Amino acid sequence: MSRITLAKGLNAGLRKAMEDDPKVLLMGEDVGKLGGVFRITDGLQKDFGEDRVIDSPLAESGIVGTAVGMALRGYRPVIEIQFDGFVYPAYDQIVCQVAKMHYRSRGRSPMPMVIRIPFGGGIGAVEHHSESPEAQFAHTPGLKVVSCSNPVDGYWMIQQAIACDDPVIFLEPKRQYHADKADLDETATPAPLFTSRTVRAGTDATLVGYGPTVKTCLRAAEAAEDSSLEVIDLRTLSPLDLGPVYDSVRRTGRLVVVHEAHVNLGMGAEVAARVTEECFYSLEAPVLRVGAPDTPYPPSRVEEEYLPDLDRVLDAVDRALEY
Amino acid sequence: MTHSAGDSPREFGPDLAEVFGPSQRDGGPDLVQLLTPEGERVHHPEFEVDLSAEELLGLYRDMVLVRRLDTEATALQRHGELGIWAQLLGQEAAQIGAGRALRRQDHVFPTYREHGVAWCKGIDPLDLLGLFRGVDQGAWDPAEFGFGLYTIVIGAQTLHATGYAMAMQRDGVVGTGEPDRDAAVLAHFGDGASSQGDVNEAFIFAASYNAPVVFFCQNNQWAISEPIERQTRIPLYQRALGFGFPGVRVDGNDVIATYAVTKAALQRARDGQGPTLVEAYTYRMGAHTTTDDPTRYRLSEDVENWKLKDPIARVTAYLRRMGLADEQYFTDLAAEADDLGARLREGCKALPDPRYIEGFDHVYAEQTDELVAQKAAYQAYTDSFENDQTGAAR
Ligand SMILES: Cc1ncc(C[n+]2csc(CCOP(=O)(O)OP(=O)(O)O)c2C)c(N)n1
Ligand SMILES: [Mg+2]
Repeated sequence: MSRITLAKGLNAGLRKAMEDDPKVLLMGEDVGKLGGVFRITDGLQKDFGEDRVIDSPLAESGIVGTAVGMALRGYRPVIEIQFDGFVYPAYDQIVCQVAKMHYRSRGRSPMPMVIRIPFGGGIGAVEHHSESPEAQFAHTPGLKVVSCSNPVDGYWMIQQAIACDDPVIFLEPKRQYHADKADLDETATPAPLFTSRTVRAGTDATLVGYGPTVKTCLRAAEAAEDSSLEVIDLRTLSPLDLGPVYDSVRRTGRLVVVHEAHVNLGMGAEVAARVTEECFYSLEAPVLRVGAPDTPYPPSRVEEEYLPDLDRVLDAVDRALEY
Repeated sequence: MTHSAGDSPREFGPDLAEVFGPSQRDGGPDLVQLLTPEGERVHHPEFEVDLSAEELLGLYRDMVLVRRLDTEATALQRHGELGIWAQLLGQEAAQIGAGRALRRQDHVFPTYREHGVAWCKGIDPLDLLGLFRGVDQGAWDPAEFGFGLYTIVIGAQTLHATGYAMAMQRDGVVGTGEPDRDAAVLAHFGDGASSQGDVNEAFIFAASYNAPVVFFCQNNQWAISEPIERQTRIPLYQRALGFGFPGVRVDGNDVIATYAVTKAALQRARDGQGPTLVEAYTYRMGAHTTTDDPTRYRLSEDVENWKLKDPIARVTAYLRRMGLADEQYFTDLAAEADDLGARLREGCKALPDPRYIEGFDHVYAEQTDELVAQKAAYQAYTDSFENDQTGAAR
């Protein structure tokens, strides 16, 4: 048992995966000596060597493209994209190559690759450092997309993603890296990777979040004076595991989905559509979405106005309850 | 040359020790230098420049002031007034030399570190601070100043620069022989950026269309924690040849040489002779940004060695030796730097925070009804707090 941050959980999870499987390689900008700009790979190059923890040239398309080649030869590359906004030079490789390799080779060429992306805002950064590109990947068949919200999940989910034979886009809420601590029991049995989890029980309305917004939802649920809110951490965005959400909505009749990404065509839209199909007669109000307006990420001095916060979540809950 | 399978990999390609070893440590034999680190004026057969005392003092003043701008901004970040700052410390000569080689009609595409070039183009340093404070994403008008917005996505601007240069060709402002008309583009990027696909594509396009663009690479030896050896196995300026245009390595800590080389390269471009790659060989004396800790990946010994090549100290030495400036000059300049520092300190703290809601008006040239509705809803939501004196919406 140890008390860890998300950064530490991910670091320990990566270490464990590398110990367990010699085919696991890490690659990215500054992941070696520096241990990554967020120190997620801290100490790994020292212990596993430069062949397994690879500082790459500054070229994201190159990183993902060469990782494809390594995966074709049986390696399990784990890539770090330094910030969410810098994944786009690799977008072509990810969407056209990584995502489709298994399909077009009819399973002969699996792509057991993990692409780690620190995502989301709230760290006072300059532009391109605070984005939430999850829907762009979840929209692509062939990619799996998950997001951890807490240190313990970070530890287990990164290992499970690495063990997965499909390419996994692994979204890490950077704002949480060094925030809260949690107790990790390395002997526990984790839930399967592609499952959602109810993290707080409630009866009046359901809040759904993932990554950074799970904490926002939990804080909102605690702050809500007159209503009892259930909170679900999606954890997996593609495939979606909405069973727990359906169960919850059948009881509460009200659902608010919260993400930092734009509301327009965001994950909330998909969740809303499916819940409407599955739980139509249980719904007491339309499914509401809390997320970013359709403006680019703003200058950091006003980012808290743009990001969903406790008030915006509770405002949506009120609207759902009053409906 | 043929190789059998058993050959040591060393025989393929250049020997790293030759490219990065001791003989190259000071830039190698091809380095264009006009003022030595000791402050001695030397000459180069190809690049010469006749600077009046006044011009040289101008370059010196620029370097001293942008160094102050940099020190002040770093301190402001430490005091929480800036979110982050990308230091230019050590790269003053590269930036001022390049910046002063520009003509009014030339256009610059910067990275996020080009504070010295911005200075030369007349951008108010407070506008640079605004971006790093997080009140805007670039407050100047690129067209007005001939200076693009800072570009954070590594390498992207080199393609924009090339396209801008191609547009200049179409506007007939290249190779007319009229000094006030002929224009060129200066594209900045770093040693790390040289690995990006975008940068390599920019080289291809520029070569293919003979575009009037000067690719100005400040090789400061580091891309965050990664040394230059991770990006290249030949000196960067030599890459140009493979793309079909000339490359020059200049002492980036020598403001006279950087000025001379950039001036020549820009003139070549304006004359319609196509692109040039200028590799300004320099060193990032500070951290990558204020959030970086370089002690994790580099030796203080290297930094100490580069201190001996300081871009400002060598000009100070030269000015003193030649009697081009008296003590009063240095005292006055120090006072001017202090004034700038004070202005930046106060100005930075006084920069008004933006109103998020104004962002809704800048997403499109032709506003959409959808966004108008979102803006109204956002306004109504924030208003609901003002009506509720408890400060919360419930
Ligand atoms: C596409 C992209 N990938 C990664 C980054 C993160 N990043 C910012 S600066 C930097 C290093 C740049 O090195 P170099 O080009 O040498 O310029 P320098 O910072 O040394 O001036 C990196 C990796 C980025 N901004 N954009
Ligand atoms: Mg560099």
